[in-house]
Amino acid sequence: MSKIEINQLSKKFIKRNKYIEALQDITLSIQPGEFVCLLGPSGCGKTTLLRILANLEKTSTGEVKIHQTDKEKPLQSMVFQENGIIPWLTVEENVAFGLKMRHLPSAYIKERTDYYLYKVGLTNFKRLYPKELSGGMKQRVSIARAFANDPEILLMDEPFAALDEQNKFILQEELLSIWQETKKTVLFITHSIDEALLLSDRILLMSSQPGRIVKDINIEMERPRSIEKVRSDPAMTDIFLDVWEHLQNEVKQARL
Amino acid sequence: MRKKVSIPQLITISSPICLLLLWEFCSQFEILDPRFFPAPTLIIQTLVQMGESGELFTHVTVSLTRIVFGFLLGVIPAICIGLLMGMYRYFRHFFSPIIMIFMPIPTLAMLPIILILFGIGEFSKMITIAISVFFPVAINTAAGVANIDKIYVDVAKNYQANAKDFFFKIALPGSLPVMLEGIQMGQAIALLTIVAAEMIGANSGIGYLIWMNYKAFLLPQMYVGLLLISFFGYFFSLLLRGIERKLLPWK
Repeated sequence: MSKIEINQLSKKFIKRNKYIEALQDITLSIQPGEFVCLLGPSGCGKTTLLRILANLEKTSTGEVKIHQTDKEKPLQSMVFQENGIIPWLTVEENVAFGLKMRHLPSAYIKERTDYYLYKVGLTNFKRLYPKELSGGMKQRVSIARAFANDPEILLMDEPFAALDEQNKFILQEELLSIWQETKKTVLFITHSIDEALLLSDRILLMSSQPGRIVKDINIEMERPRSIEKVRSDPAMTDIFLDVWEHLQNEVKQARL
Repeated sequence: MRKKVSIPQLITISSPICLLLLWEFCSQFEILDPRFFPAPTLIIQTLVQMGESGELFTHVTVSLTRIVFGFLLGVIPAICIGLLMGMYRYFRHFFSPIIMIFMPIPTLAMLPIILILFGIGEFSKMITIAISVFFPVAINTAAGVANIDKIYVDVAKNYQANAKDFFFKIALPGSLPVMLEGIQMGQAIALLTIVAAEMIGANSGIGYLIWMNYKAFLLPQMYVGLLLISFFGYFFSLLLRGIERKLLPWK
């Protein structure tokens, strides 16, 4: 039974009286517990696809389905790009946000919030407001909020794109360690090949507009992974070059 | 322990003192006509005398009561309507033209109508203040809600906030900074309006005090009125800034 099922999905926008096709005929299924990266050039519609799954946008044709195993759990929770945490709530309130919105018992909220604050190393910062946090800490809050909500699947929209290299590596490894513990199904958007190689079980490569899925690559490297291991593994280098070539072609085509 | 005063602070304190000293000097040596510009020391003396006689207290209480109640009478509906306008398109389309029509009219120009409608009692003064405060607060509140970053709306939706939670966790706190700016503006306008309104149609209050003493050519007493307005203006803006700091710890 697959966790996410997308069937012949397409999405059209109207922009200045012209139809723009953002996504075209996307069909895919994602297994429970899989970490899948959607990789593509900017403007290829990957965010649109994620927003459709997040129920923030509608499909034009086709359908998406997230398989629910537990009626109590929300279908999905999203980790937003940046500035996704709410500035007028403290770190603790931000992490508890999803649980509070679902009006769960406060003892349970407290326990889960504390647990994930501990997991992302923000226990000592829980009374602070976001303005007092660094970019990396903010994204930790965002990740903790999504995991604490305990959804069927997690959606991540380039959560580390705005971070510097060092912070990015640290957060990627932290994310992997939390993920390995919870075994959630994750759909992760990125435009960084390194990031996709490090994180995913599967990379879905997208074309530039209209967005289609042009390649489905399995990454079989054993976990736990680290950026050094990924960089030194010859099989991964081959995949890197393959993906790199594809992306370059896509970007060039988009320029014509 | 010695308290350190920085140079910018020193300059800030020194400018009003310089002005007062200059005024005192010019008035004492009749460079400025002391009948029109009584010395600051004389004004302070008058203030003390008026304070002792209890006259001052009555006028101040009357004005402050009008300001406080008028202010609340304007701010509360302004916030409600502003929030509705910010959150719901149809409310915005409905209320915008009404606000656009009434906003440019100075409230004082509507004073005759207010007097006809509400008589010459206290309530008509409060209404005058309420109307003048209403517009900046309503407009700023609506703008505050409309300017909440779209991403927080998405977050609320994604984490399944219901309408009530959305209002209290996102719309209200998110619009608060801009709303408070409107309230600051409203406060200044309220003071302006009440003094002018009391000059025209009242027999008590600070504005009345200024106008009557001018007519009776009791200029030190008139200056006392001006001093009081300046003081309360400063006091209210400090108060609101204090409230702002309490309400917006995240800013």
